[in-house]
Amino acid sequence: MTDPDPTPAPVLILGGRSEIGLAIARRFAADRHPVVLAARDAAGLEADRADIALRHGVEVRLAEYDALDLEALPGFVAAQQPPPGIVVSVVGLMGEQAESERDPQAAARVMRSNYEGPALALGLFAEVMAPRGKGAIVGVSSVAGDRGRASNYVYGSAKAGFTAFLSGLRNRLSDSGLRVVTVKPGFVATRMTEGMDLPARLTAAPAEVAEAVVRAVRGGPEVVYVRPIWGLVMRAIRGLPEPMFKRTRL
Amino acid sequence: MRPTRELSGWGRYPRRPGPVAAPRDAAEARAALSGGVVARGNGRAYGDSAMGAALTLETRRMDRMLAFDPERGQLVAEAGVLLGDVIDAFLPRGWFPFVTPGTKFVTLGGAIAADVHGKNHHREGGFGAFVDWVDLMGPDGQVTRASRETAPDLFAWTLGGMGLTGVILRAAIRLRPVETGWIRQTSIMAPDLAAAMAAFEAHDAATYSVAWIDCLARGPALGRSILMLGEHARRDELPVEQREHPFETPPRRRLTMPLDAPALALNRYAMRGFNALYWARGRRAPRETLVGWDGYFYPLDAVLGWNRIYGRRGFLQFQCVLPPDRAEQGLAALLGETARTGQGSFLAVLKRLGPGAGRFAFPMPGWTLALDFPAGPRSLALLDRLDAITLAHGGRFYLAKDARLAAATLHAADPRAARFRDMRRAAGLDTAFASAQSERLLL
Repeated sequence: MTDPDPTPAPVLILGGRSEIGLAIARRFAADRHPVVLAARDAAGLEADRADIALRHGVEVRLAEYDALDLEALPGFVAAQQPPPGIVVSVVGLMGEQAESERDPQAAARVMRSNYEGPALALGLFAEVMAPRGKGAIVGVSSVAGDRGRASNYVYGSAKAGFTAFLSGLRNRLSDSGLRVVTVKPGFVATRMTEGMDLPARLTAAPAEVAEAVVRAVRGGPEVVYVRPIWGLVMRAIRGLPEPMFKRTRL
Repeated sequence: MRPTRELSGWGRYPRRPGPVAAPRDAAEARAALSGGVVARGNGRAYGDSAMGAALTLETRRMDRMLAFDPERGQLVAEAGVLLGDVIDAFLPRGWFPFVTPGTKFVTLGGAIAADVHGKNHHREGGFGAFVDWVDLMGPDGQVTRASRETAPDLFAWTLGGMGLTGVILRAAIRLRPVETGWIRQTSIMAPDLAAAMAAFEAHDAATYSVAWIDCLARGPALGRSILMLGEHARRDELPVEQREHPFETPPRRRLTMPLDAPALALNRYAMRGFNALYWARGRRAPRETLVGWDGYFYPLDAVLGWNRIYGRRGFLQFQCVLPPDRAEQGLAALLGETARTGQGSFLAVLKRLGPGAGRFAFPMPGWTLALDFPAGPRSLALLDRLDAITLAHGGRFYLAKDARLAAATLHAADPRAARFRDMRRAAGLDTAFASAQSERLLL
């Protein structure tokens, strides 16, 4: 295990209500990082705030944040004082593929929640953080962004955009000292997936995602699959020639 | 539609699929109430206590710690918080649960509902004695804060009420200040039952006491045991080099039972071997040793999934308490019957109890004996005989361990059961909250 930082940097979690976001917050707090949970109706997270603070003896704050409110975004970024050393976005919305196919409003909500909102927020934070020459930006994207598939391509295309945005940001800031990390969970066992029949070998617990995030922030590869097996699966899927791929049902 | 999954207790007998809900807060819990509901914590009750008659309400997502008052050592937390999480968070700050059962993988809600006891019951009482209040959701979804001052009747029925008085959402519990994470343990060898009981009585002042019985010993050696006494070590009782880090105890090796053991592995010879080994280890042990809290309180937690040692068919626990005046005779009969069948028991634990906290809680002053057996017709028949011996000696039964007791036996042993049932009927709790166990036992 890597040693925790000497003076743990404050961590901002965008999408702090999600089970994955809370797991990441708990994991950082366990290493004594102060944490800010940013979400809509943040006051409703008071019990989670108290819990993390009590368990780990760190400062935990709540911040009101709407990922789709671009007008408020610059103000939100400026208001984070002291500025975070690590920003993690777990913002996302799965939606229903069938609904997204018929209803452009629903599809736009999925696209904006998975791409526009998180990408622009992390982009603005990068502008503030890069000059300090340290820290990390983490985007929790998805294996669904690796290749568009019939079952979830509206969601997947937005995640693909997010993954590409992070790739470009990382490329641009490669000399800055700010790490830009892309984490791709496969299936995650959360309330959203409860009752679904997911293959156990491909399904991670939220705490595993959190572990992968913390590891990637501290060093090593900046693009990580939470379970390595997903790297192999997606390489195989990406490697299929299009004439063959288009007839698959994945 | 609600997700369904296979449910069982820690003994993995009986098993039954059933619908489950896992609310994250009170509003979601309220929405799930539908009649025939029982809350389930971490599934450490051995039998069918936490299998809902119609719906099982899992509290594992309600696992937040909400406030801590260091003046009083009072922790306010949601019902799904594990005792082990409390220790992880508060032992480094000098606090430990007042009462802990033999596993740290129980939830606070489960510990309250079963009014679990620990090795200090004879002196300090059960888990319920250190609960200041509970927030209890009733049949209508209303939440009542019950304590010794407000709604005292509801509070008293809830301690040991097996989740049948409502859904415990939150509770305030007291923690004990400790100077270290170490226990001074003294082992005393007792060659037979009378010696074991005399040793308990001679060491009544010890904070913690429990005996492991070699339950295959027969004849004059019947009831031979190792009595283990314990005291929280003060800081100045630690070796000098450990005083700087008094809460750090050596990490324990974690073993996991990867597979169900074949039933064969637990035949009487294997069991005899286990007990002989344990006996030999105790004989070697020095009189007083310093033991880390984890090893002292939770020896079995080091083997994650140890319940699988009994194989897929599962196992049955038997635990009763006998009043002091008839205990020696009754314990001898229980152990004699067990040894006679040669069924063995992987674990046989003897402990003195003091008065219980709740109106339907298990403990009463006397002696409690816990045994376990592989599930199957021979064990079921043996347990019926052990029930009869318990009944004949004025004892009663621990529902958190039970998977198969007959309603008539429970009601004959414990007149409080009928009062509990009548209270539930009068308050409209009987249709709202029910488990497979409460239906079987006519509660």
